[in-house]
Amino acid sequence: MGQKETFRRVLHYIKKYWLYLAASIVMASVTVALTLYFPILTGRVIDRVLGAGQVDFDGVFAILKQMALIAAATGLAQWIMNVCNNKMTYRIVQDIRNEAFRRIEILPLKYIDAHSYGEVVSRVIADVDQFADGLLMGFTQFFTGVITILGTLGFMLSVNVAVTGVVVLVTPLSFFVAGFIAKKTFTMFHLQSETRGEQTALIEEMVGNQKVVQAFSHEDEALKQFDEINGRLQDCSLRAIFFSSLTNPSTRFVNNLVYAGVAVVGAIYAVHGGISVGQLSCFLSYANQYTKPFNEISGVVTELQNALACAARIFALIEEEAQTPEPVDALTLTDVKGRVELSHVNFSYVPDKKLITDFNLAVKPGQRVAIVGPTGCGKTTVINLLMRFYDVDSGKICVDGADIREVTRKSLRENYGMVLQETWLKAGTIRDNIVMGRPDATEEEVIAAAKASHAHSFIKRLSKGYDTVIGEDGGSLSQGQKQLLCITRVMLCLPPMLILDEATSSIDTRTEIRIQKAFATMMQGRTSFIVAHRLSTIREADVILVMKDGNIIEQGNHETLLQKKGFYAGLYESQFAV
Amino acid sequence: MKKLLIYLKNYKKETVFAPLFKMLEATFELFVPLVMAAIIDRGIGQADTGYVLKMGGILVALGLIGLLCSITAQYFAAKAAVGFSTGLKHALFDHIQSLSFTEIDTLGTSTLITRMTSDVNQVQNGVNMVLRLFLRSPFIVFGAMIMAFTIDVKAAMIFVVTIPLLAVVVFGIMALTMPMYKKVQAGLDAVLGATRENLTGARVIRAFHKEEEEVDRFEEKNEFLTRLQLVVGRISALTNPVTYIIINAATILLLYTGAVRVENGSITQGEVVALVNYMSQILVELIKLANLIITITKALACANRIEAVFEVESSMEWRDAADGEGASLAVEFDHVHLTYGGAGAESLSDIHIRVPKGQTVGIIGGTGSGKSSLVNMIPRFYDATSGTVRVDGRDVKTYGMEELREKIGIVLQKAVLFRGTIRDNLLWGNGAATDEELWEALRLAQAKEFVETKEGRLDAPVAQEGRNLSGGQRQRLTIARALVAKPEILILDDSASALDYATDAALRRALKELPGETTVFIVSQRASSIQHADQIIVLEDGEMAGCGTHEELLAGCEVYQEIYYSQFEKQNG
Repeated sequence: MGQKETFRRVLHYIKKYWLYLAASIVMASVTVALTLYFPILTGRVIDRVLGAGQVDFDGVFAILKQMALIAAATGLAQWIMNVCNNKMTYRIVQDIRNEAFRRIEILPLKYIDAHSYGEVVSRVIADVDQFADGLLMGFTQFFTGVITILGTLGFMLSVNVAVTGVVVLVTPLSFFVAGFIAKKTFTMFHLQSETRGEQTALIEEMVGNQKVVQAFSHEDEALKQFDEINGRLQDCSLRAIFFSSLTNPSTRFVNNLVYAGVAVVGAIYAVHGGISVGQLSCFLSYANQYTKPFNEISGVVTELQNALACAARIFALIEEEAQTPEPVDALTLTDVKGRVELSHVNFSYVPDKKLITDFNLAVKPGQRVAIVGPTGCGKTTVINLLMRFYDVDSGKICVDGADIREVTRKSLRENYGMVLQETWLKAGTIRDNIVMGRPDATEEEVIAAAKASHAHSFIKRLSKGYDTVIGEDGGSLSQGQKQLLCITRVMLCLPPMLILDEATSSIDTRTEIRIQKAFATMMQGRTSFIVAHRLSTIREADVILVMKDGNIIEQGNHETLLQKKGFYAGLYESQFAV
Repeated sequence: MKKLLIYLKNYKKETVFAPLFKMLEATFELFVPLVMAAIIDRGIGQADTGYVLKMGGILVALGLIGLLCSITAQYFAAKAAVGFSTGLKHALFDHIQSLSFTEIDTLGTSTLITRMTSDVNQVQNGVNMVLRLFLRSPFIVFGAMIMAFTIDVKAAMIFVVTIPLLAVVVFGIMALTMPMYKKVQAGLDAVLGATRENLTGARVIRAFHKEEEEVDRFEEKNEFLTRLQLVVGRISALTNPVTYIIINAATILLLYTGAVRVENGSITQGEVVALVNYMSQILVELIKLANLIITITKALACANRIEAVFEVESSMEWRDAADGEGASLAVEFDHVHLTYGGAGAESLSDIHIRVPKGQTVGIIGGTGSGKSSLVNMIPRFYDATSGTVRVDGRDVKTYGMEELREKIGIVLQKAVLFRGTIRDNLLWGNGAATDEELWEALRLAQAKEFVETKEGRLDAPVAQEGRNLSGGQRQRLTIARALVAKPEILILDDSASALDYATDAALRRALKELPGETTVFIVSQRASSIQHADQIIVLEDGEMAGCGTHEELLAGCEVYQEIYYSQFEKQNG
């Protein structure tokens, strides 16, 4: 995304707050006009203070009173302007964060699986913050800057054209210098931003998995790796910060040139009686006020460069292609029987590496499908497809005869109960986590579900029972307890189709037996897909899918597969040998 | 903040030179009004054009010297600030790594990550600004006052009153907003937490179609943050207008006093202009200072939060490595009790075990029975509340950290891999391992076959957290990683749970091949995984329900019987 395009997007966000923007501009104009009027009055006072015994006290008093009023009014206008700018900036930041978050919720799983969490988080948090800082500075200084320049120009022209000429001719140098520096630093800031993202990702990884790091006494290596990135970041940060900080001194120098120019030309005019000393003093203070905004604007320009670099990264996230939108006339699956058909399904994660080819399967309502195969054969791929976390490349998957791409995701997923191998719990109370699928469940229903999945006994022993707050990722709960909670979650809503992914692997056998029984009840009359390890589960399945290297190589029931004496038979033999 | 300043110590030169050159620049700036007064009084007063031109030249020269000084200062400031944050990040990372499991559990990962990233950035920004401006601005303010004294003592008294008044306003606002910025940062933490959670839990959130609700939750947190920011913003927005009013009130007074002083011939017209110029120099600096203070306030709040992390000390002390000759017992638990920090009940009670070298020990028990807690105490991830854990006959508390952990290879329940290649991950166990050793470890861990089919084999890429691998593949790689280290004690903490029975059995057969003295702990839910162990420990609710061989336990331990028969039936029924 080019800078211009990024800037256009920023303007789009500003549009919503045009009232504040308008108020801000009006107040900025008032502030500037009054600020500019002040030196004129100062000049008038000075012209009434010529020398010993030549002071016009009446005139001086009258003007001083005016000055007091103007100073007060300026302060007020400035404050209102600041408040408007703040409001606009923070609200825009809020809007952008909300939008980024909403996008995260609809990004295809493919994107989330392929990007490190730290990097995405850094966009939503750090980049938006940097952007906000730049934007706030921009608003406060850019408008006042521009208006000051225009206002000063007008006032100066009305007093003396020649001296104004000096100011106008020299000042553009400032723009030129600032523009040059800004252009140079944009790439540096970009590099800095990228390296920082890389560092955040490493921090996320190492700090997030500190226990493994410590178990392997890997601290030193991790630190070395960190230092390497840290060193690179130091280099590019130094360059970015130093070069961008050249703007101020350079433009200030131009400023001093203008000041000297006005002093000399103005003094010569004054010698010939062209202007008064008071007017000269007014000009000098204008020379300052005229060039200071240039400095500020150029400061803002570098800041904006940085802000735009950050904004570009955020917009890239926001504009990341979302999952395929639902068709307008998407059906809502209701009263699902649980008939699932996969016909001629082709799928692969990477285009040039074929995975599932021409796969067909028809599951009748209430049937059990066991997915078996050696570890790592790609069993989770099937889940990704059934739940439509990923779309098939060709072919189709139908539930109750409806292509799942033509029904709403909500209604599709609502009809599946899923217990994944990786347990995930959100920060909140135990109850919050259980009622995820059915927020309106009563206390009795929650407890009944917890009892059915044998989680009740450990939950009630927690310090606050169902109201115990657990941290992100389950916090202090054991792996098995987390899994029990995930099962309870599904137990509570009991959808017509189930997906169980090695769900019971971390739970002790005694509990597991009970859960298996509970599952059996749960599976009664429900179509279930089970990534299975246990022979009993496999044998009881109506259809067994045998997977190897991502492909489904055999399907059938236990007996037919055994007779086939293929891969499954071999697998069965080896397991039976245990 | 004070404690963080030591990270500037390698940049002493820069830290001193940056403000010094800034002050030099400021000094030249302070001469400008005097030169101007001379132009008015002598140049214009005596109509001396040559003098005006000469003074104009001086103004340009002052500007040029100022430019050089300033560039030098900017360089030193940038170097010091970036060097500072680099050192700080290094120390912080190092410190976080030195924390024991107990502290990491309490602090929480996402907090630590914000500290290391956005907080450090804010502090770096603050240091840079302070070096550049914080001395310059007061210097100009006081310099202007001193210059005013050289012109006229009476008029200068106005400066003497104005400056403290400004200081009160500026610092008052700062004191008021400082604690509020802390709250803002906490609000930001909440927003960050929500974002992270929705990335890690994307599948579950979608499975339960909670997207809308999560968006609402996020927006609520975001709204809260924004409101806080607006409140703070409203107060700090006062700084500029209030200082402007004070300065201009002072200017009005100055003009009045000036008029009186000129009337009685104490000062000239040009000198009044110079005095007014000094006052406006103060105004310009104050505007900068006000913006600077916002940056600094934020930076200080962040610095405090970073400092708080530094203040968390590891609750564990490690000795320096001391050689002691091993006893015949590899691991011994001597009446060990464990209560986690903040927990009410004991997680382990009176554990008493003796494991000779070379034995295989099975640990079995229900969820939450304390199996993981038990094995986590061997590498001293947690300290016993009472009792002693001994490795090779020595109390684990007498070991150096590396000395102890090099003896032990532990495979944790959660199979974690790191971004890089398979080789990178395996080398965690032993950085000097050869490819043959890596393949051997992979073979033992039953991972050889699938690694061989990967494109690039050992150099096949691993995504963050190993997300491009299946659960079973990850588990086997984590086992291989531990084996590469050739540990004396190998602990598998339920780390074969995602493996199918065949692979699990093959793994156990392979572990038998390990060189004689290796002591192996296997924590499992499956009776079959541990039934051939030399010693089986049965845990229930943190207590030992039994200890012995399979046959002994089957004969005399009720809990074990129950577990075993539930599985046995299942496999044969």
